[in-house]
Amino acid sequence: MTRTLTKPEDARRGDAVPRPRRVGRSKASRAGGQLHAGPLTYVVLVLFAVGSLFPLVWSAIAASRDNNRLAQTPPPFWFGANLFHNLKIAWSDANLGEAFFNTTVVAGISAVTIVFLSTIAGFAFAKLRFRGRGALMLIVIGTMMVPPQLSVIPLYMMVAKLDWSDQLQAVILPSLVSAFGVFFMRQYLIQALPDEIIEAARVDGASSWRVVWHVVFPAARPAMAVLGMLMFVQTWNDFLWPFLVLTQNGNPTVQVAVAGLGRGYTPDQSLIMAGALLGTLPLLLVFAIFGKQIVGGIMQGAVKG
Amino acid sequence: MSTRHESAAPPAKGGAAPGRSPGTPTEAELRRRARLSRRWRRDMRFSPYAFVSPFFLLFLAFGLFPLLYTAWASLHTVELTAPTDMEWAGLRNYTRIFDDDFFWNAAKNTLTIGIISTVPQLLMAMGLAHVLNYKLRGSTFYRVVLLAPYATSIAAASLVFVLLFGRDYGMINWVLHFAGIDAVDWQNDKWPSQLAVSSIVIWRWTGYNALIYLAAMQAIPQDLYESAALDGAGRWQQFFHVTLPSLRPTILFTCVVSTIGASQLFGEPLLFDANKGASGGGEHQFQTLGLYLYEQGWVNQHLGRASAIAWTMFLILIVIGIVNYVISRRLRASSGENRS
Repeated sequence: MTRTLTKPEDARRGDAVPRPRRVGRSKASRAGGQLHAGPLTYVVLVLFAVGSLFPLVWSAIAASRDNNRLAQTPPPFWFGANLFHNLKIAWSDANLGEAFFNTTVVAGISAVTIVFLSTIAGFAFAKLRFRGRGALMLIVIGTMMVPPQLSVIPLYMMVAKLDWSDQLQAVILPSLVSAFGVFFMRQYLIQALPDEIIEAARVDGASSWRVVWHVVFPAARPAMAVLGMLMFVQTWNDFLWPFLVLTQNGNPTVQVAVAGLGRGYTPDQSLIMAGALLGTLPLLLVFAIFGKQIVGGIMQGAVKG
Repeated sequence: MSTRHESAAPPAKGGAAPGRSPGTPTEAELRRRARLSRRWRRDMRFSPYAFVSPFFLLFLAFGLFPLLYTAWASLHTVELTAPTDMEWAGLRNYTRIFDDDFFWNAAKNTLTIGIISTVPQLLMAMGLAHVLNYKLRGSTFYRVVLLAPYATSIAAASLVFVLLFGRDYGMINWVLHFAGIDAVDWQNDKWPSQLAVSSIVIWRWTGYNALIYLAAMQAIPQDLYESAALDGAGRWQQFFHVTLPSLRPTILFTCVVSTIGASQLFGEPLLFDANKGASGGGEHQFQTLGLYLYEQGWVNQHLGRASAIAWTMFLILIVIGIVNYVISRRLRASSGENRS
């Protein structure tokens, strides 16, 4: 994984900033001192890092206490003994088992589908010539600017008409539209896939589909992995639309279940924190393992933006 | 998906490929070749469209059509209980919401919360990116940690912040009391509540934007810095005269994305409400347009009126987009640069 990701990044940099990059860096640290970090830098970074992690750690601390302890000052600063008790109750109260299963299904299906569709579309935009390519690409970019939240009312009517409320396909289908994915794969393939390889495959008589299957997919694999993770995270955390069509007791996703816990009549704050923590843990684990790749993917998608 | 069958018939070896020795072809052989080359041309011509069509079909079904249908629905009276019964209402939905003080209140709140959340967020992100751009020990570690809030969902983050911002027992008021500040009612007072809602947004997105700025900073050619250094520019001057101008397109990009995000704010104010309603606090003090839309549509059950709100928000976004486009063109023309 680590290996695969350094490849596109190097390739990208090689593309954007031709060769002097590595030389330039050592020179700059000599000439301008631009890239040397003093102790103050680390102080700033550590402060921000603490700020980033504190609410998460504190939710775990609060989840390990009980409601009485949370209604006292000063607030608790260290873990209590109630963590597993609370996690267990939150798990069953908020219907989290089903929610985890549902969200995994929803996020998994939409991530895989988006990656597949974005790769072939991105390939067409990056490497194939066809009439209307520029205009269509502009439309793709334009759609990125339209927030999907504005479309919820007709979608809600559709769902009502099809009797799809509390059913997962109501959440999955609208989530498959990802202009970002198309854009991301296009940018990646422009530089990662040399024209010569495609031409060579063509000369051997490969149809477009064979080119996609045997040339594009292998070349795009690192970017596909990153896009898949980004889309998984995004769908996992999606809130408004699942909240409108799914209910806590019907077929909730994790976000619906957690929000239901917070908006329900549970007066027990430590339970709510336990639910919030449970809903976040899977993604934090993903970040702990693939953090480097996700960071790389976000930065890669950004430069061309 | 529908195009998969194409792969079932790959052209035979040498079918259309130039440069194979032909020998003396028979008539059947010639026909076969003609057929293959027709198939080849068809493939070259139509597969690009086949490749991009799934995206556009999905977009038509779940993006464009709903957007346009929202406009249509906004001209009707539609109730949540019977979402398929529509009765023509003309512009009544629009006049109703424009006469509603809560609409203007929500618009104002969206604007102020948008500013309070976006401006500090992007400024901090810029500073962070600058710091991250130094040669660091464990730079990957810091980047991942700073991105952890991005992994946290709106629901979880909002619930944690509700507790942190608690009036009587919250951590933040406890810290403030050391500075001699009396307990702030973060949920019920207007500005504190807007600040608190904004802080959720800031917390979740600062690291993400910092990474985007960092990526753009790393793409700036080093020789720009070198020549600036040769001209005697110090660190700050380099930052203001080399880094910032090179980042202009990225800054505009993040401004657009953050503006769109801020205009859609929904989950944070919904879950921050102590009354668990959709009014954005007892006096609508932090009700955003997104929340107002939800309240009209799903609490008061007027889907037609909610559509009018959605379409109004869309028009506002278009105006913002045009303004942004004009500004970016100005900037690009004045600096004469053309990155990205």
